[in-house]
Amino acid sequence: MLDAYIERIRAAHANGSPLIIHGGGSKSFYGGADEGEVLSSRKFTGIVDYQPKELVLTARAGTPLAEIEAQLAEQNQMLAFEPPHFGGGATLGGSIAAGLSGPRRPYAGAARDFVLGVRMIDGTGQPLRFGGQVIKNVAGYDVSRLMVGALGTLGFLTEVSLKVLPKPAAEATLQFEFDEATAIRTMNQWAGQPLPLSATSWHAGLLSVRLSGAETAVRAAQARLGGEVLKDADAFWLRLRDQATPFFDKRPLWRLAVRPTMGPLKLGDAQWIEWGGAVRWLASDLPAAALREAARSCGGHATLFRGNAPIDGAFTPLAPALLTLHRNLKQRFDPKGIFNHGRLVPDF
Amino acid sequence: MLSPAFLSQLRKLLPPHCVLNEREDLLPFESDGLAAYRNTPDVVVLPENEAQVAAILKLCHAEKIAVVARGAGTGLSAGALPVDGAVLLVLAKLNRIKAIDPLARTAVVEPGVRNLAISEAVAVHGLYYAPDPSSQIACSIGGNVAENSGGVHCLKYGLTVHNIQKLRAWTIAGELLEIGNESLDAPGYDLLALLTGSEGMLAVITEVTVKLLPRPERAQVVLAAFDDVAKAGAAVGNIIAAGVIPAGLEMMDRLAIQAAEAFVHAGYPLDCEALLLCEVDGVNEEVSADIFTVREVLTASGATEIRTADSEEQRLKFWAGRKAAFPAVGRLAPDYYCMDGTIPRGALPQVLKRISELSAEYGLAVANVFHAGDGNLHPLILFDANQPGELAKAEDFGGKILELCVEVGGTITGEHGVGLEKIKQMCTQFATPELTRFHDVKAAFDPDRLLNPGKAVPELHRCAEWGAMHVHGGQLSHPELPRF
Repeated sequence: MLDAYIERIRAAHANGSPLIIHGGGSKSFYGGADEGEVLSSRKFTGIVDYQPKELVLTARAGTPLAEIEAQLAEQNQMLAFEPPHFGGGATLGGSIAAGLSGPRRPYAGAARDFVLGVRMIDGTGQPLRFGGQVIKNVAGYDVSRLMVGALGTLGFLTEVSLKVLPKPAAEATLQFEFDEATAIRTMNQWAGQPLPLSATSWHAGLLSVRLSGAETAVRAAQARLGGEVLKDADAFWLRLRDQATPFFDKRPLWRLAVRPTMGPLKLGDAQWIEWGGAVRWLASDLPAAALREAARSCGGHATLFRGNAPIDGAFTPLAPALLTLHRNLKQRFDPKGIFNHGRLVPDF
Repeated sequence: MLSPAFLSQLRKLLPPHCVLNEREDLLPFESDGLAAYRNTPDVVVLPENEAQVAAILKLCHAEKIAVVARGAGTGLSAGALPVDGAVLLVLAKLNRIKAIDPLARTAVVEPGVRNLAISEAVAVHGLYYAPDPSSQIACSIGGNVAENSGGVHCLKYGLTVHNIQKLRAWTIAGELLEIGNESLDAPGYDLLALLTGSEGMLAVITEVTVKLLPRPERAQVVLAAFDDVAKAGAAVGNIIAAGVIPAGLEMMDRLAIQAAEAFVHAGYPLDCEALLLCEVDGVNEEVSADIFTVREVLTASGATEIRTADSEEQRLKFWAGRKAAFPAVGRLAPDYYCMDGTIPRGALPQVLKRISELSAEYGLAVANVFHAGDGNLHPLILFDANQPGELAKAEDFGGKILELCVEVGGTITGEHGVGLEKIKQMCTQFATPELTRFHDVKAAFDPDRLLNPGKAVPELHRCAEWGAMHVHGGQLSHPELPRF
């Protein structure tokens, strides 16, 4: 199977014919529109190695996240970055290529923080292996992490090794009726204290805070923070992770990543705050330039996450010096520009 | 040798006291923390601000003069070893903490700020900077980023790459790169990860925004003795399988234990083959629950003795032995050579057995200190540099250990970096296509190869010359190259 992929990519490289990399298709809305023949990892599946005591799992790119998570759950472990499934079918390769993380991200780390190694095929059809299956590894440049969020523009991922973590013994979600400014301040204050936080959300006047850890630790924090206990909390965080609530059906949907302590943005009421204040989801018709400038002035960047039509330029344009580096790297890993043209950067 | 014309141009960029090229001034810079490698620099520059750094780089770029960046000089892989005909760019004077934002839990610091100084400066806010390499009292944050430094708390808190969020860095052409931002991610490729651990090969860092964490409410350590290193190794896996992620999980073998005990009298049991120190931290109740689990697992794993520190004083005493392990081992022989491989933990018994066989073959004793939680092994090879040939023997032995780490699925360096020291073993760990891509990454930033030339990534033809060959799945990795 691997050989077939190599052949296919070599041929595409020789002909300069564009390819669109597909996993489960759950994130095909994300990034700029691209054109070409579909190169699917969907059939390249299977957990290659899983050592619960080493906290390391290695699987082929097409393996569904659901399968990986089920296997981990049997050993009471999890993917701590809570990758979104977006309606199902999400694969490991797609999750790593998109580099998206769920509600636990600010407290446990992002997708890129858990990647230990990758196998991939570059744009010339050359299979490559970077990183490995150990947690500490500083030999060579960190090309594995470079692939996270590269949206397949540097290569076709075939296998990924991840660090996994034990599931917390207990969780509880508390809710507080707070206005936006109070909620943002509170999220940041609590994050600076020794509390077992694992997710935060604010929407429509309601701050939700998830606690994770030993039973006794969760109970003690609960007693300290007060609030109302949310029943069916797992479903709440899953819906937020997968954007399965009506709020996220709005278009265009913007994701503003900002300094977490930034007060209310005053860009309209249709807003959902996550990640301790660092992400502000916004349903807004404001011009892209205005939203990008707003995010920039708050220390971050704005992404057109879901649009009405195919998106031309989903991400905040890069500064010239960085764009040059991106172009240089792309040129080295995919000289003919066959992978996912325009998905990450409009020009290539 | 650098030309007088170049030196006079350099002097125009900096105040007189910031340019050193008298022999006695240059000697302190002839090596980094790996003193076995020495080379007197041609010139040392100590800029006092970012503009001077940029100006130096622009000049060197225009004149095609190589630049070796250096922080505090505590590195252990000769990464900051001066290169002939190059400028040694010392960033130690850029040592201001520029901003602390307690609510956002970040600090903006210059590269010369010492690792520990960050935690000290933010302690008043109940915060700290998590990565704690053993040299943290002296090592600088710029060097930490360049090496992706770790420490004893990596399993739970990650390495440098997990604990920084923004960099200001300069290309060799003198162009400013602002990488990352004040939010939790940035558009485009993860250049923050690419620069972290790049060993001064891609850019020169002038500002780092670090993430800060709340100080844990409580830390508690358990000490356990074992009559067999394999049992101790298994206990580590069992602790993790029980769902505990210790803040620190350290192992020492018999020789290391005895050296440490003789040196600092930590109260370690001496009639054992291996000692585990398992520290858990966090909120009070979490620590209590974890300590209970850890003790149960250690008992079930066959520990011959288990002690829980019952006071902060005792906790520090338990750690004192481990923290003094390197100097303690240093008392056993005139010199020691510290290795830095990482292995899958499960391979520990096999690796230790092989190291002890090699030790007998080479006639050099080895003490093993192990960051057991994350699989990072530091064998300390004892030797006497004054005995002709012993250094070469120690290096050869060390190389064998690293190759062994690769063989069992690990890596040649967990936290010290490749530098010049492990450049041969890079040929063992990586095959031609990967090494080629590393050179490509370098070329994307520094096409003239002026930054830290000759370090971190070996030239392909050198791999063949050294006969250090990557063999994977029975296939020779550089079949296209001539062999002699």
